[in-house]
Amino acid sequence: MRLQLQVNGSPAVSEIEPQELLLDFLRDRLGLTGAKRSCDVQACGVCTVLVDGRPVSSCCFLAADAAGREVLTVEGLAERPEFERLENAFTRHAALQCGFCTPGMLLTVAALLETGELTSVEEVKRGLAGNLCRCTGYRGILEAVCDLAEVTT
Amino acid sequence: MSGIEEVRVGAGAVGQSAPRRDAAEKLRGKAQFAGDIVVPRMLHGKVLRSPHPHARITSIDTSDAERMAGVVTVLTAADLADLDPYWGHAIRDRPVVAIDRVRFAGEPVAAVAAEDEATAAAALERIVVDYEELDVVGTIEQALAPDAPIVNEGPLRPGLFHGLGELAPAEGNVCYRYRLDRGEIEAVFAHADFVVEGEYTFPAVYQYAMETHTVVAQVEEGEITLWASCQHPFLVRAEIAALFQVPISNVRVVVPYLGGGFGSKSYTKMEPIAVALARKACRPVRIQNRVAESMVTTRRHGMRCRMRTALNREGRLLGREVDCWFDTGAYADNGPRVTATAGDAAPGPYRWAAYRVDAACVYTNTAPAGSYRAFGATHLQWIGELQVDELARRAGLDPLDIRRLNLCTPGEELRAGGKPLDADLIGDVERAAEAVGWGTDKPPGTGRGLSVGLLAAGAHPVSSAIVRMEADGNAVVLVGTTEVGQGARTVFAQIAAEELRLPAERVTVRGTDTRFTPYDRSTGASRSTTVAGLAVKRAAEQVRSQLVEIAGSADVESDSYPELFVRHFGLAGGELIGRGEVAPEGSGSYAEGPVFWEVCIGAAEVVIDEDTGRVRVVKTATVADVGRAINPQLVERQDEGGTLQGLGNALYEEMVYEDGLLMNETLLDYRVPTFEDLPREMHCIIVENEDGPGPYGAKGCGEGSLAAVTAAVATAVADAGVPMTELPLTPERVWRRIQELKEDGIWPR
Repeated sequence: MRLQLQVNGSPAVSEIEPQELLLDFLRDRLGLTGAKRSCDVQACGVCTVLVDGRPVSSCCFLAADAAGREVLTVEGLAERPEFERLENAFTRHAALQCGFCTPGMLLTVAALLETGELTSVEEVKRGLAGNLCRCTGYRGILEAVCDLAEVTT
Repeated sequence: MSGIEEVRVGAGAVGQSAPRRDAAEKLRGKAQFAGDIVVPRMLHGKVLRSPHPHARITSIDTSDAERMAGVVTVLTAADLADLDPYWGHAIRDRPVVAIDRVRFAGEPVAAVAAEDEATAAAALERIVVDYEELDVVGTIEQALAPDAPIVNEGPLRPGLFHGLGELAPAEGNVCYRYRLDRGEIEAVFAHADFVVEGEYTFPAVYQYAMETHTVVAQVEEGEITLWASCQHPFLVRAEIAALFQVPISNVRVVVPYLGGGFGSKSYTKMEPIAVALARKACRPVRIQNRVAESMVTTRRHGMRCRMRTALNREGRLLGREVDCWFDTGAYADNGPRVTATAGDAAPGPYRWAAYRVDAACVYTNTAPAGSYRAFGATHLQWIGELQVDELARRAGLDPLDIRRLNLCTPGEELRAGGKPLDADLIGDVERAAEAVGWGTDKPPGTGRGLSVGLLAAGAHPVSSAIVRMEADGNAVVLVGTTEVGQGARTVFAQIAAEELRLPAERVTVRGTDTRFTPYDRSTGASRSTTVAGLAVKRAAEQVRSQLVEIAGSADVESDSYPELFVRHFGLAGGELIGRGEVAPEGSGSYAEGPVFWEVCIGAAEVVIDEDTGRVRVVKTATVADVGRAINPQLVERQDEGGTLQGLGNALYEEMVYEDGLLMNETLLDYRVPTFEDLPREMHCIIVENEDGPGPYGAKGCGEGSLAAVTAAVATAVADAGVPMTELPLTPERVWRRIQELKEDGIWPR
């Protein structure tokens, strides 16, 4: 079937399989490898991308369901003006190690900052609980996000 | 908010929290992992895995699968007849694909290479395998039973990197034993005033590196190239060369960024089957495990342990006896080393009159078990420390005081012929205790615990590094450490910058390509800063001394480096090359080691919900006794990562096996810690006594916190009145224990 959508602000058109997952579409057809594959059951968050501004697990989201919608991956986020703030905060707090969860984490953070719902440390923890990180112990990420959301740790 | 801190120029780079060198690449999604690599003409491989834990293969029919459009080839054991198709760095016991028999559910039986992954997966369904099921050795108890089926028959063949001396013959399903014996153990127990004894269970655990094992293999003109998510590329290279009968230099291993390792990507894993498949397909092949496959590729050893510990009325620890059995699964993987390291950790760093340790590595029909961060210490520290606390309670001593009284001090011998203690453990545990408010009042249901242990670290100390300085005065470091997230490239850049008096951003540290990068034994055992870092320092020192010689001045600064090239080479070119090497001072044998003792010291405060059995960890403290912190922020991040994994080991993580079948093979039912498990207070205390063998007195870190926190949670839960003998401390287990204590009339304590 034919899929038309916006990816990182540009139109994309492609023939896809009806059962194709958004993650495979982005990685294999568009070469956008920032979204990663890990758990395959939307438990870990490394495949997170934004569809119309909301975080989705692209490992369990049909590419066909993104038809006519706007998909943002980390490659697109990195081109946005607000990315510099995210990058500085994550770098300053060493809020990454292996980097495998980082793109998904950043997209979740970007979406939560946009909605303005990060008003306390507990909100930050709850908001990010769907993005696993096995390396950092979360502390650096928590500090970076609290900085960004101007929440006192 | 301040900007990113500038790294001070030249001498002074060491000791600063320099920003990670890989941050921009990783944050922007540009960092390449093995699964992001596409090689021209690359196929996709999928592995057919056994559904049975133990069975004879009576026939395999691949003809339907081979006929499918898009399938290029199907690999079975019949394709490996020209090889001795067994691998295993410790014991060469593991076939590339099953030969006539499967020994664990998940064992590779065949593999398909196809034009895309979906076709390869579909083709697996068309392979018809007939099995005749055999009796399953599902547990340690079953493996040790007198009439147990033997999981691996035939003599044990040592692998290339057995590293533990002569391999004794197997005793039934026991493939390796490690023993320690010191003093008159029976006499000591006969004269003890207090003795504590018990039996304990530690679960099998999945490392869950978020990136699963991934390999791209290419075999062309007798040259084998691998792009692999591996921690030890040089050991993989040697093992692949031996297996496929080519010279070591004909195997090239390129290591991109790794999406976590924690030991799960140590030694060889999916590389042999990927190479075998690419060899048959005559095209490059990528194999990327799914999580359920990585869970049965390697895991942490489950363990049973019987321990007893003796104390006298004066509060002196006298002796300890430990028997423990490690479930290494169907193939040894790193089981022997895990067993030996656990044996070393078993007594704990106390001044014993006598101890006896007997640690056995046992084959069963479950997935092979290997390395996972702080192996050995994590298995045994919680048990030993629970017994120390129980003895303290009986003798009326404070847990901190019993440790002050009995812990070894720097320079004391820990194991005959091995490295003496190289850390101030009493100072460390006092700091950890203080951080969690030791000695202050506790509300009901709250417990505080301490834990002290040591981990034999550093592995075999063989590393080399090359520093190349170009005519513009910039430097490149070639060193074989894998950037697995720990920040090795950042730390090595700081070390080279320090020696070369360069700003750190003028030093680049490349990833490993064994064709160009000099030898480094491995990335694990907390060894990289200590051992490879020393090689980097020596290589940089060589370049610096060449610059000093050309300049004729010991004070020459980096601004004038380009002029020195012109002066020396007569043009704005040439290259200065420095080489650094680290080799063992003695034989490098395990018995003479370790390179250093990694400190595993922590404290925790927990709150137990009596009605549900839920344990909440509210405070943790860990001590990073690192000699010298090259990058303090990265040290803290290592300890914090280990802390959360320790909470996982203590509270949640357990691979549940029934009759040899894994019952929780997804992240939905294998629970790992999330943001919401972050303790309210998490203290990482960095101790810098410059007592390590590495550069500037450094020694490794990052593993100790896992063992320490696992144990401190267990001792804290015991302090709250619930002594447990099995991990993880799930609400159900804790609740049931509380009911037993109520029946015995000892709850609340």
